[in-house]
Amino acid sequence: MSALPSATVEAPLQRTPLYDLHREHGAKMVPFAGYEMPVQYAAGVLKEHLHTRTAAGLFDVSHMGQILLRPRAGSVEDVATALEQLVPADIVSLGVGRQRYTMLTNPQGGILDDVMVANSGDHLMLVVNAATKAQDEDHIRSHLSGACAIEPQPDRALLALQGPRAEAVLSAHDPGITSMRFMDIRAVRIAGADCVVSRSGYTGEDGFEISVPADAAVSLARALLSHEAVALIGLGARDSLRLEAGLCLYGSDLDGATTPVEAALEWSIQKSRRAGGSRAGGFPGADVVLAELASGPRRRRVGLRPEGRAPVRGGTQLFANAEGDTPIGTVTSGGFGPTLGAPMAMGYVDRAAAESGTRMFAAVRGARLPVVVAPLPFVPHTYKRG
Amino acid sequence: MDRKFTEDHEWLSVDGDVATVGITQHAQSQLGDLVFVELPQVGRSVSKSEAVAVVESVKAASDVYSPLTGEVVAVNDAVVADPALVNTDPENGAWLFKVRMASPSELDSMMDEAGYQQLIA
Repeated sequence: MSALPSATVEAPLQRTPLYDLHREHGAKMVPFAGYEMPVQYAAGVLKEHLHTRTAAGLFDVSHMGQILLRPRAGSVEDVATALEQLVPADIVSLGVGRQRYTMLTNPQGGILDDVMVANSGDHLMLVVNAATKAQDEDHIRSHLSGACAIEPQPDRALLALQGPRAEAVLSAHDPGITSMRFMDIRAVRIAGADCVVSRSGYTGEDGFEISVPADAAVSLARALLSHEAVALIGLGARDSLRLEAGLCLYGSDLDGATTPVEAALEWSIQKSRRAGGSRAGGFPGADVVLAELASGPRRRRVGLRPEGRAPVRGGTQLFANAEGDTPIGTVTSGGFGPTLGAPMAMGYVDRAAAESGTRMFAAVRGARLPVVVAPLPFVPHTYKRG
Repeated sequence: MDRKFTEDHEWLSVDGDVATVGITQHAQSQLGDLVFVELPQVGRSVSKSEAVAVVESVKAASDVYSPLTGEVVAVNDAVVADPALVNTDPENGAWLFKVRMASPSELDSMMDEAGYQQLIA
């Protein structure tokens, strides 16, 4: 066998507050973004994935960065105005108790990281990717430290509870949860801990992301696990869930050379920030992004369904036909969808080839395997919208 | 004849001049849930240590090597239809392929069960 995981000596890995809990539950731990994280538990990736779509999955995502932006003088509106210097979304009109998806951009219009921004009334709360949190903090400090105090929250953990039973589980601790809609955020006391809860996630399912003080994380996790519907879910299933949901992974599907328009994320750029809007542009790379909004990007992120049973993985080249040497695209994420029951992938293709139904060929192990451009998500979202 | 094992975590069971090959319990537990298996064509000539099959978990593809030189005389269609069999029964029902050996002496240098258990200890 090749490619069996082997123990390699790396720089010392960090641990989240739930490390011992993961070990207690039989987790297989792997290095991820400088942390020792559970890739799966005894159930395995397939069962953990299916459990999340039928019951409630509990994920430790404490490795991600939580950063508060607090106004130095003035109000949270001033912080929002300042943050709009760094992101293409409308943050100024993001209401109190609401959250929005956006990205930090670079001067080429590429993506430095994708982030969630929430308005907590007297501050903004950002959740950023683990692998980029240090650079994100530096970037924000270098631009915004005049306008706001930038407060990373390393003493807070982050848990996600996702799936059709998540609401029932959480509302047993606070019945008010049932009034939350997708992308609402509020302070909630759960199992004796002061949490900040958003109705959002990375699985396509209805669910919640729960920020909790680090010293209360284990007792919160145990309280949630005491519900028979709840099971711990590892990063392996987190990845198959998000890919079925058509959601991007920074570092795979998004990077500094990819614009939000190429990434088919222009829905996150509200009208006020587009050409003709009241606060058009004004973020790094705005000229590139606004030009692509006007005339279309050169390439486009699409879903891909292999016609056979072999998965087609990230890094695979895509060709217009079975012979011929000019690639028309590249796969950026690929694997197998347990709910879909089939292989699935996402990648970027030339704009002319981006229409659903377009057939192309993936170069896999010396063969050209047929794949078809397919709409995303592969599995419908079940968000609880207004 | 008792089973033999390779450092690549394959087992072999020999009957006359035909060896049945699969991956070990240890290998399947390291790989995790399998979702795809690709087996060599029946009739194909294979060399010792040549990559001849692929098993894929949700996360990654892994080559399976032929432990012997010879000709592929059978493959297990059941595991192609249901890759999960390799996880549940890797050392019996989920055998992968059978090779008619060209050089049976290749067996001499392989580990027995005790040797393999030491390797993975």
